[in-house]
Amino acid sequence: MSTFVLLTITGLGLGALYFLIASGLSLIYGLMGVLNFAHGAFITFGAYAAWWITTHVEASAEAELILATAFGLVVGAVLAAAVELVFIRPLYRRPVEQVLVTVGLALALGALVFGIWGADPKSFPDRPGEVTALPSWMIDTTTILGARIPNDRFVEIAVAVVVLAGLTAFLRFTRIGLIIRAGVENRAMVTALGIDVRKTFTFVFAVGGALAALAGVLSGIYFSTVDPGRGTSLLIFAFIVVVIGGFGSIGGSAVAAVAVGLVQQYANFYAADWLDWSGAGDVAVMFLLAGVLLLRPEGLAPKVAH
Amino acid sequence: MSTETALGVTDLHVYLGESHVLQGISFSVAKGGVTALLGRNGVGKTTTLRALMGLVPRSRGVVEVQGENVTRLPTHAIVRRGVGYVPEDRDVFAGLTVEENLRLSERGGNGRYDLVYDLFPELKERGRQRAGTLSGGQQQMVAIARALLNDNSLLLIDEPTKGLAPLLVTEVAVALERAAELSTILLVEQNLGVAKRVAEHAVVLDGGRVVHEGPAGELLSSPERVRELLGVHGAAH
Repeated sequence: MSTFVLLTITGLGLGALYFLIASGLSLIYGLMGVLNFAHGAFITFGAYAAWWITTHVEASAEAELILATAFGLVVGAVLAAAVELVFIRPLYRRPVEQVLVTVGLALALGALVFGIWGADPKSFPDRPGEVTALPSWMIDTTTILGARIPNDRFVEIAVAVVVLAGLTAFLRFTRIGLIIRAGVENRAMVTALGIDVRKTFTFVFAVGGALAALAGVLSGIYFSTVDPGRGTSLLIFAFIVVVIGGFGSIGGSAVAAVAVGLVQQYANFYAADWLDWSGAGDVAVMFLLAGVLLLRPEGLAPKVAH
Repeated sequence: MSTETALGVTDLHVYLGESHVLQGISFSVAKGGVTALLGRNGVGKTTTLRALMGLVPRSRGVVEVQGENVTRLPTHAIVRRGVGYVPEDRDVFAGLTVEENLRLSERGGNGRYDLVYDLFPELKERGRQRAGTLSGGQQQMVAIARALLNDNSLLLIDEPTKGLAPLLVTEVAVALERAAELSTILLVEQNLGVAKRVAEHAVVLDGGRVVHEGPAGELLSSPERVRELLGVHGAAH
């Protein structure tokens, strides 16, 4: 029982990371029709920006982590907005070129990180001379039904829940949210009401970049390191989450992220335990994707930004 | 272009893929009243409205609204110059409520809700209902209401009675007459009875070109002209 509980909480923590990435990805595709392969770069840059702060600032573990997270978010948002303004905006009527540009950006930005900081993973947070890099309460464990759960898993889940609630409220109660929801349904008609959707595009890109960066920072806590391939490896599963959840649906992304995180964890553990088969989690996620595509090709909640 | 002209179109060309849909159309719409844009199916009426709105690329030509050249402006900027648009397929936002559809359309924070709810009281009662669950007629009311909500000087309305029951057609015709008291209207309409009832002028398209301009009553009262220009037997009633 304790193993199952541990796997469940860990799977939810992983699902939280997937959700943070997928929510931005999903809104960007739903509103703008942009399949953004550069999204992984926002994750990586956010994670490295946060790591960089921890190597340059001396403060309490809590203050350092908060500052690093805030800086990572800003870097992710600014990078994403710049990508939209400089590379994506001139290509809105040329979707094929747009996809190619995002693929090129993903490769170029990945190579940039690799060139600056090298291929080796960096400890996160990096606090030279300190025994505990994270705040001690995050390193501690909480026992639930016999399972000792690292507290950082709860932080990841709590952040994702707050983001889900915040995004839902934002989409429901603000004018920009109204424009996004309408734009996901019919972008041309929104412009025909006199609304300049290009500003909303930049805004959504920036929000997506900030959320991806947040996922990057939290992945640093989850894995205790940051590395140049982090964005790419998480992005693959985030794309699967978006396809399962339905492009443009925040609620769909949340449900799908939980499903993918749990399936991955359970399959990894039980296949290794019972069948001596490692790496079954990724295969199980592919089967989940195939099943959803066969039964509901449009995803769980298609084209509705709720 | 005279300032008494609400809309001027000169030598407008539009290609959709390889198809040369509009082949240099020119016409003008005087301020006030309703001008009907008529023609057989597939002659380019809807494309004309979409081109005027900047929703399809224009390869050549000039579009002027209230004397101002808007040819190169993006759609949202054209709308902000006082142009309202009711598309052929209504295009209400199905996932939003009626109230949200209207609120989204409102510009400048002083929407004419009194006018809209006076014309379509049903919309007030159904404010919290999702637009996607409304009947076709109710969705058409939302589409027209979105255009009427703002103080637009020019309305481009595409087949507002398409697919509606006769009773609703009359209701829409009344709304068009009321709207015409407030704005200039360019109306695409297949129902010649409605066109005759509300329009003072008519522009007829055929093969991507303007083939007739003149008083709507004169055209629509003549069975021969209607048959010749619109391919419809009998005059409008």
